[in-house]
Amino acid sequence: MSRTLTFHIFRYNPQDPASQPHLQDFSLEETANMTLFIALNRLREEQDPGLMFDFCCRAGICGSCGMVVNGRPRLACQTKTKDLPHEITLLPLPVFKLIGDLCVDTGSWFREMYTRTESWIHTNTPFDPTKEEARMDNAVAEAIYEMERCIECGCCIAACSTARMRPDFLGAAGLARIARFALDPRDERTDRDYFELIGNDFGVFGCMGLLACEDVCPKNLPLQNQLGFLRRKMGITAIKQLFRKD
Amino acid sequence: MERYHTDLLVIGAGLSGERIAVEAAEAGFDVICLSIVPARRSHSSAAQGGMQAALGNCAMGEGDCPDVHFEDTVKGSDWGCDQEVARMFVEAAPIEMRRLAHWGVPWNRVVPGKSCYFKGGELFEKYEKEEKAGLITARSFGGTAKWRTCYTSDGTGHAVMCTMDNRCAQLGIRVLDRKEAIALLHDGERALGAIVRCLRTGALEVFLARATAVCTGGFGRLYRATTNAIICDGAGAAMLLDTGRVPIGNPEAIQFHPTGIVPTDILVTEGCRGDGGTLLDVDEYRFMPDYEPAKAELASRDVVSRRMIEHMRKGKGVPSPYGEHLWLDIRHLGDAHISTKLREVDEICKHFLGIDPRASLIPVRPTQHYTMAGIRTDKTGAAYGLAGLFSAGEAACWDLHGFNRLGGNSLAETVVAGGIIGRHIVEYLQGTPAPTFPMALVEAEVARQQARIQDLISGRLGRENVFTLRGMMQDALMEGCFVFRNDAGLRACIARLQEVLERTSRLGLRSSGLGANPELAAALKLPGQVRLALCIAAAALARTESRGSHNREDYPERNDRDWLKRTLAYWDEGASLPRLAYEEATAVFELPPGDRGYGGGKIIPADPAHIAAKTRRPHSAC
Repeated sequence: MSRTLTFHIFRYNPQDPASQPHLQDFSLEETANMTLFIALNRLREEQDPGLMFDFCCRAGICGSCGMVVNGRPRLACQTKTKDLPHEITLLPLPVFKLIGDLCVDTGSWFREMYTRTESWIHTNTPFDPTKEEARMDNAVAEAIYEMERCIECGCCIAACSTARMRPDFLGAAGLARIARFALDPRDERTDRDYFELIGNDFGVFGCMGLLACEDVCPKNLPLQNQLGFLRRKMGITAIKQLFRKD
Repeated sequence: MERYHTDLLVIGAGLSGERIAVEAAEAGFDVICLSIVPARRSHSSAAQGGMQAALGNCAMGEGDCPDVHFEDTVKGSDWGCDQEVARMFVEAAPIEMRRLAHWGVPWNRVVPGKSCYFKGGELFEKYEKEEKAGLITARSFGGTAKWRTCYTSDGTGHAVMCTMDNRCAQLGIRVLDRKEAIALLHDGERALGAIVRCLRTGALEVFLARATAVCTGGFGRLYRATTNAIICDGAGAAMLLDTGRVPIGNPEAIQFHPTGIVPTDILVTEGCRGDGGTLLDVDEYRFMPDYEPAKAELASRDVVSRRMIEHMRKGKGVPSPYGEHLWLDIRHLGDAHISTKLREVDEICKHFLGIDPRASLIPVRPTQHYTMAGIRTDKTGAAYGLAGLFSAGEAACWDLHGFNRLGGNSLAETVVAGGIIGRHIVEYLQGTPAPTFPMALVEAEVARQQARIQDLISGRLGRENVFTLRGMMQDALMEGCFVFRNDAGLRACIARLQEVLERTSRLGLRSSGLGANPELAAALKLPGQVRLALCIAAAALARTESRGSHNREDYPERNDRDWLKRTLAYWDEGASLPRLAYEEATAVFELPPGDRGYGGGKIIPADPAHIAAKTRRPHSAC
């Protein structure tokens, strides 16, 4: 049953003047229950200690290891080699800045997104340590958590045609962030406030509706529904603004 | 060379680091957080269970209060914790949970009415009160008298991490990712910042700070088998140990978990055994009842882990390319149960093993899980040995957990300690004038680090392979300083680690070392990791008793007469072993040493007069 796997891995170290972007081939004997986490670490330890890739939790929780596996963005840690053919091509996620080989800079992209979406609760109520917490319906808490499950792996951005053409597009991850706060009763922002942030081509009207984001999301977030929800909300806000008197 | 100045440098942007940063930024100080990964990928985000806080809102938590939480924590620690720290923690925890709610954490809330829950595979009913509707609810965790663990579904750490990182963004705190501190800057009296390697470009950078907080998490990756993320490698703790001034508190206090999956050591929950799952050996024989007739698979974590190792030592392990393991069997629990109550386990089996637990056995083995050990600090979070240096969270030995940490106390500690220690750092910054940074000293340290890097790249000192040596260190701890410990095993482990340490002086790279090179990152930290591993083994050899998760086969009693104290491990320059010193476990007893009520074992009592003299406030349950 044992196969020999052939990996074609993108190699480029921007910090090395001698390095040229290319695909490098590696062979590896497959073992039982092998994931790309196991395989890539073996390649690094046994064949090329300079091979750059990112893993952190290696349990599908942290979102570090997004990469393009045989043409599809996914988390390497939860990709089992037995589900792949014996030829495996690994490329870094597009859209994000390349750090080297399979590593990309998702951190900078997402931090900028937090600023653009003002990814925090906007409230004028100060915290009072002597008071009981404000009550919340458990169903509301669960709905917020459902959107907060995003692990910022970047797969939805890498799979997004708009993001690839328009570097300032917020993408599904950015729009889902807005949806998370729009659901939250603690956030005092109004639809008009959100319209200022995403009622444009960088935001909710930039999406071409191809919906690869939802297809590749490793957490199965309802990205398509959230997009519809925000478009409707923003569309209504836009129409209201047309008839505004002030 | 890039040079940054700030009031507070926080190394590690997990929950405790960011919580400290928020406290300082709110007080008007400039803060920089460094993280080797984007902050939200920190290991805090992997904690699924929840945070213990005595809010007492849910039906099964009724009558809870900080006193009950205190008692659970001290018993859980096997009387190894600092009781003043435990008291501060339990009092502050409920307020911190409410603060997190205010900042945006979507805590699960009380739903009034009847609902069902499982315990030991049986179904029970409970009734939540109407007047508590919508308040923060809690779930059950091991070792607690009440349901006290606040949670958000199966992703508490992730949700709180998102909220804390959002709060940092809101306050404009500079959270710089892919930055790895490789040396602490200090003048022998005071911490001055750190030398940092940028993991985007490989360049060295200098961060100068009036105060420095190290919140780099635990060090499970010193072991071959661990549930910890790749980044929990002990480099932060080792960096402070390398100063020669800052000690590691209780390095021998390491917690293990019986069921990590093989090969990746991802945790599968105790719920599997709680609900009726069994452990099988190579012959698919259920062995636990032979060792523990009364409790079988339901014995405590440490007991089950020990029995599993014992059984594998008898040749009953299942061989695999990743080492020996045993089987966890939940097939008989059926589809309905696995699909609902054990959904998370079902998903782990599907994603990481590609098996269906309804039809297949799950390969498991005991793994390292948590380090109670850490950078020794006082009650205010100030590290021993250097002024202006602080630590919090799993990186620190504050010391809330003693020799065994309760589930749900570690995640709560990150934010509660972060808040308390953050306020002490603010006081320090307000009350201490800025140092004049001795630039000659800084330049000398930069030059020293550059020389280390150059030597590794050139191979001037040798060509020892970093991955081979790292593997040897991990195996040495697995074989001699894991679940079972004894004199001969620990001595062999120490000898092995000393050999590895000696060989690390001849490390050389096989790759170019340019840019974000991973081999260089591993080589820079390995000598410090081996020194840390030697602290664990040497302290474990010296402690001739069994307490909490420290189990000596040759000293099975908990010895309160001689060992009601905390190890402090120092590393003197050029040494090949740590220097061990000791201090009292706690200055004050609220709860005098006694029986935990679980785990069994004999206790050699302390001198009653000594305990009585230190018992300050008689403990009274609420």
